[in-house]
Amino acid sequence: MKLVTAIIKPHRLDDVKEALLAIGITGMTVSEVAGYGRQRGHSEVYRGAEYVVDFVPKIRLEVLVDDADVERVLETVTTQASTGKIGDGKAWITPVDEVVRVRTGERGVDAL
Amino acid sequence: MTNVIDTGDTAWVLMSAALVLLMTVPGLALFYGGMTRTKNTLNMMMMSFSALAVVAVLWVLFGYSMSFGNSIGGAGLLGNPLEFLGLRGLMSQSAVSGTVPSLAFVVFQAAFAVIAPALISGAVADRMKFSAWLVFMVAWVVLVYFPVAHWVFAFSSSDGSVVGGWIANQLKAIDFAGGTAIHINAGAAGLALALVLGRRQGFGKVPMRPNNLVSVMTGSALLFFGWFGFNAGSALGANWIASTAFVNTLGAAAAAVIGWLIVERVRDGHATTLGAASGLVAGLVGITPAAHSVSPIGALAIGVLAGAICALAVPLKFRFGYDDSLDVVGVHLVGGLVGTLLIGLLAAPSSPAGVAGLFYGGGLGQLGRQAVGSFAVLVYSFVVALVIALAIKATMGLRVSDDIERAGLDIAIHAEQAYDLTAATSGTTLPHGSNLPSAGIISKEHKA
Repeated sequence: MKLVTAIIKPHRLDDVKEALLAIGITGMTVSEVAGYGRQRGHSEVYRGAEYVVDFVPKIRLEVLVDDADVERVLETVTTQASTGKIGDGKAWITPVDEVVRVRTGERGVDAL
Repeated sequence: MTNVIDTGDTAWVLMSAALVLLMTVPGLALFYGGMTRTKNTLNMMMMSFSALAVVAVLWVLFGYSMSFGNSIGGAGLLGNPLEFLGLRGLMSQSAVSGTVPSLAFVVFQAAFAVIAPALISGAVADRMKFSAWLVFMVAWVVLVYFPVAHWVFAFSSSDGSVVGGWIANQLKAIDFAGGTAIHINAGAAGLALALVLGRRQGFGKVPMRPNNLVSVMTGSALLFFGWFGFNAGSALGANWIASTAFVNTLGAAAAAVIGWLIVERVRDGHATTLGAASGLVAGLVGITPAAHSVSPIGALAIGVLAGAICALAVPLKFRFGYDDSLDVVGVHLVGGLVGTLLIGLLAAPSSPAGVAGLFYGGGLGQLGRQAVGSFAVLVYSFVVALVIALAIKATMGLRVSDDIERAGLDIAIHAEQAYDLTAATSGTTLPHGSNLPSAGIISKEHKA
């Protein structure tokens, strides 16, 4: 089992979610986060003054998947999240040792 | 006095007093409270609430007498603080001011005295000790506001038995509802206090955006609503002067929103809600002194100019490095000067004031009188506020510790938070302010 984590632009979340549902992914966790990468935030003008804003709002998306589904999920997330502009984010895969469904005690793939 | 009470006038003045009180709380409290950062929202609102609490009490005790008592020595500088001490003599049925009971006039002017120091608080957001704010406020209203209100608002009686202030009676500068006495006065004091306090950590480097623009817009709309009492109520009667002031107030406020937003759109690329709210207030400030002395078209001109000029003046704090946090200088000092000086150009002979400005063939005389009145209030308020601020800094201290400034004043000073969102999202109440300095630092600071 793997954990797919993606940092994406907030306005891409709906399309990513729909596409994941369409390929049979039944659960995910999202959180609002902020950060920066190579583009180092952006500058903005407000009330006549210019500021550099380091931390840009992003969505962190986490999906637990069976090994067989990893590539498909990664492909779907990155395709749907892409706008082609800087700040599109990143996705990565982490190995997962064990998963337990809290309600039933099921383990492993059954718990996904 | 032989004047007769007019019930219509009395109803309008009492109503107007309530409208002006609405401007401070909740109007200004919401306006400033939404504009500051989340961690200092309540402290910001408390500065307006404390202005109401402290100044209204002083007004009853001796403030009214200092402003509207007979001028000491006939000099036009200060009312006799003993004449109406504790409002004595004014509860009599025969105590009449113009066509309203004297106590109606007392409460209308009380609302003005309350909002003047509350306006200053915008210049000191996020870093001033609450105790120091209370001391500053008492010293400033006693040494500056009460005398200046006498200069501007106390008119001599026609028989000469009561002598009023020098700006109103000797200089004859026009300030209908307080462009000098309220706005230039508060703006100059805010500048002095901001200079002595120093800049906030991160000023000019990190964006300090408003935490709640819904609150800012609601607050500015309440200020707008209350301002009809401020200006039209200053007619002290339900009459054509009030109606003229009412229409001019509407026109200037509306035009100023347009003026401010055009500047913002061109300069910054966006027309912001903060700009709309600020423009509305700038227009109201600009028309305050001029509400009964210009035509409705003149009021539109004052409004659009006040909006545009204040929008251009606001970023000056970054160029010159004074941290006028919520733009009291940029809006109230600059807007007050714009309105007060434009009377010299735009005063219309057909208006209730009946004075001709430069554009109506009246020459430069009125402009000169307006400039002298503005300058006198500006310099007096700035210098005395500077001295008060330096004295407080040298004794009890003006500013919270760096740790408290970083963590926020709300928890450290008032032990509360404006938005307790942690509990709502986590289902459990986390200990307040886990990122705060230790309790020891807070209590030591708070004792001072």
